[in-house]
Amino acid sequence: MTKKISLRRMKKNQRGVISAVKVAGDLGRRIRDMGLVTGTEITIQGRAPLNDPVALRIRGNTLTLRNNEADFIEVEVEDNGE
Amino acid sequence: MQPVVLALAGNPNAGKTTLFNALTGARQHVGNYPGVTVERKEGEYRKDGFAAVIVDLPGTYSLTAYSEEEVVARDFLALEKPAAVINIVDAANLERNLYLTCQLLELKLPIVVALNMMDVARDRGMEIDVDKLATFLGVPVVPIVARTGKGLDRLMETVRKVVEEQPAGSDPERIKISYGDDIDRTLLEMTREVREAGLLADKYPARWVALKIIENDENLLREIKPLAPELTARLKAAADRVADHLAKTSDTYPEAVIADHRYGFIKGILKRGVITHRYDENRLYTSDRIDKVLTHRFAGPVIMLGVLFTIYYVTFNLSALPVSWVESFFNGLSGLINNTLADGPLKSLLVSGIINGVGGVLGFIPLIMLMFFCIAIIEDSGYLARVSFMMDRIFRIFGLHGSSVMAYIVSGGIAGGCAVPGVMATRTLRSPKERMATLLTVPFMNCGAKLPILALLIGAFFADHRSLYMFGFTLLSWVIALVAAKILRLTVLRGAPTPFVMELPPYRFPTFKGLMIHTWERTWQYIKKAGTVILGISILLWAMMTYPGLPADQAARFTQERTWIVEHYREKDQREFQLAELEARREAAALRSSAAGRIGVALEKVSWLCGFNWRTNIALIGGFAAKEVVVSTLGTAYSMGQIDSGDSVSLSRRLARDPSWNPLVALSTLLFMVFYAPCFVTVVCIAKESGSWKWAFFSIAYSTTIAFLLSLMVYQGGRLLGFGC
Repeated sequence: MTKKISLRRMKKNQRGVISAVKVAGDLGRRIRDMGLVTGTEITIQGRAPLNDPVALRIRGNTLTLRNNEADFIEVEVEDNGE
Repeated sequence: MQPVVLALAGNPNAGKTTLFNALTGARQHVGNYPGVTVERKEGEYRKDGFAAVIVDLPGTYSLTAYSEEEVVARDFLALEKPAAVINIVDAANLERNLYLTCQLLELKLPIVVALNMMDVARDRGMEIDVDKLATFLGVPVVPIVARTGKGLDRLMETVRKVVEEQPAGSDPERIKISYGDDIDRTLLEMTREVREAGLLADKYPARWVALKIIENDENLLREIKPLAPELTARLKAAADRVADHLAKTSDTYPEAVIADHRYGFIKGILKRGVITHRYDENRLYTSDRIDKVLTHRFAGPVIMLGVLFTIYYVTFNLSALPVSWVESFFNGLSGLINNTLADGPLKSLLVSGIINGVGGVLGFIPLIMLMFFCIAIIEDSGYLARVSFMMDRIFRIFGLHGSSVMAYIVSGGIAGGCAVPGVMATRTLRSPKERMATLLTVPFMNCGAKLPILALLIGAFFADHRSLYMFGFTLLSWVIALVAAKILRLTVLRGAPTPFVMELPPYRFPTFKGLMIHTWERTWQYIKKAGTVILGISILLWAMMTYPGLPADQAARFTQERTWIVEHYREKDQREFQLAELEARREAAALRSSAAGRIGVALEKVSWLCGFNWRTNIALIGGFAAKEVVVSTLGTAYSMGQIDSGDSVSLSRRLARDPSWNPLVALSTLLFMVFYAPCFVTVVCIAKESGSWKWAFFSIAYSTTIAFLLSLMVYQGGRLLGFGC
């Protein structure tokens, strides 16, 4: 079973597939230009010492973004009943 | 043969700069694109009769109108129509890099893809079928390793062939990406209309124009509206209809759909045998393992502070010797002039004006160069991206961006630097508000020019806790800079923050060549300022401090005293000593009655509040122009004769004994000096980078106000508490 959650709520080493990017304008373009589009598989690599920004693994490379930017990205993850 | 124009385009971190350096070597030239602050880098390539001018376009992920860099790249490709585009693609990051490639293909310019970092891809177990990739993209693809130079000859031969066989302006058949039924239908219609009207036909292909309109590209819409208002309205309406439809049926936007389809296209070709992975894609590479430590919750910040401290330590200690060489050189030079020229204005101008002023600045070069070298190492290795990553949360509290950290460090955040390259380093910040806030606060850092004054006064009054005070001032600069940035961002510079979506590039071993180029670029900016502005300012200051000379009666008195000394001191040594003392006193008196002196005295009405007398005032006025001259001016004012920035031990002792100086006064003076108006060259830079003198004047006004208030509070507060007696 899978469920859809906001990227911000993903935990370290958790994997998922992006199901939606719900933001337009500059931020939206930037997110998409960097490869964060529907259907992309990502893994949370870690977070900065103050929990923000978050680093994620995408296609073998690392991207970073702020939590308030991650809010706009919806990810489909395994539902482990957590 | 006229050299052809080639454009070099690609993602940041794809090795574009390495390739550019490898192809053009030292034959580079950096300029500016008109009206924007994006750098224009050009270089010459010449081999086997093929001559080209390579323009290194700014690194971009896409060709939308999202940032100045993208607009510049786009405009260059459309207007100057290079004979060919060399699109550098990071083989280890193929999918995202090809996103830009798709857009370049849609521009229908002759392209050669340079597939870089093949070695990294191989190490990661990726096997890339270059021929298949070339077939699917429809353009030549040449594998290279820019760092070692492998494949470069073949690359340029391929470029040469493309240039000769595909004249610019030809309309090559290119693969057309499908954007889904909804968009495709409208796109077809709009393309036809654009083609028939010949809208922007000299710049872009019709399909490209239509696609951009659907993407809601503001830049393009603004361009075509005045050219064909009616057609624009119709096209915009068609685009809006598609947008509405998509919103209703799929809850998405045209831009998102287009991006999805581009990536879908890319994934499609890659799956058809272009890439095979030998290992699990998500296995951790060495870079990631290093990051586990370097960005660890606790170890990360500790290591970062350690690194910054090491840079501080290395810079100061390793540069001490070369700095003393430069100083000796200038001392020798001024000694030579002293002995060969006759006394008079020319000698004074040369020695006190020029050598004193300019020599002081040049004396810093070893220190600054070493600092810039260390900065280049953390930049090129990729560690700087980690620093921005860790600092972003803190910087965001102050309305800034993690990437601002670079500008602060270059300006002297660790101690020693220069605000001139620091101000220029703000170019990487995309949001104008954050950029201005950083621009206006980097001058608070302890640049190389402020260090001697700090050393002088701390040495004189706080000798027991020297390093503590130095560190304290460094810390204070950061606090004031960040708080000031926050206030600016809340008042004059309100605005949305820049997205932080950023790549964390793999760690790389910096190449020596790359380090040298980066270090030299910044050092040269510093030297240029010495040779031009500071030279001019030194001469001006010298004039202000020499003229008008002593009033007649005072001059006469000094001459009388001189005669008396010559008559009364028979012994040579004693006589020389007395004469020297007299000369020093005469100079101080002359300084007092000079233009600068009079201003200094006049300012005492206000400056006494902070504990400054006329001598300090003159030194601070001089520092307004260039902070390097503060120490030498202070020395002259205290009748130390010719004093240079390095030899301040005697001045230090002199001040310690002077009744009008005490630790409180020293503290107040230091506070003012560190925070008041940026030096003249920095002000000019601020004007250039912000695009308006309004901001330059603002920076002078508000920093001097802050400095004044700080000094005032400390001095008066200290007096109240009984410290200043």
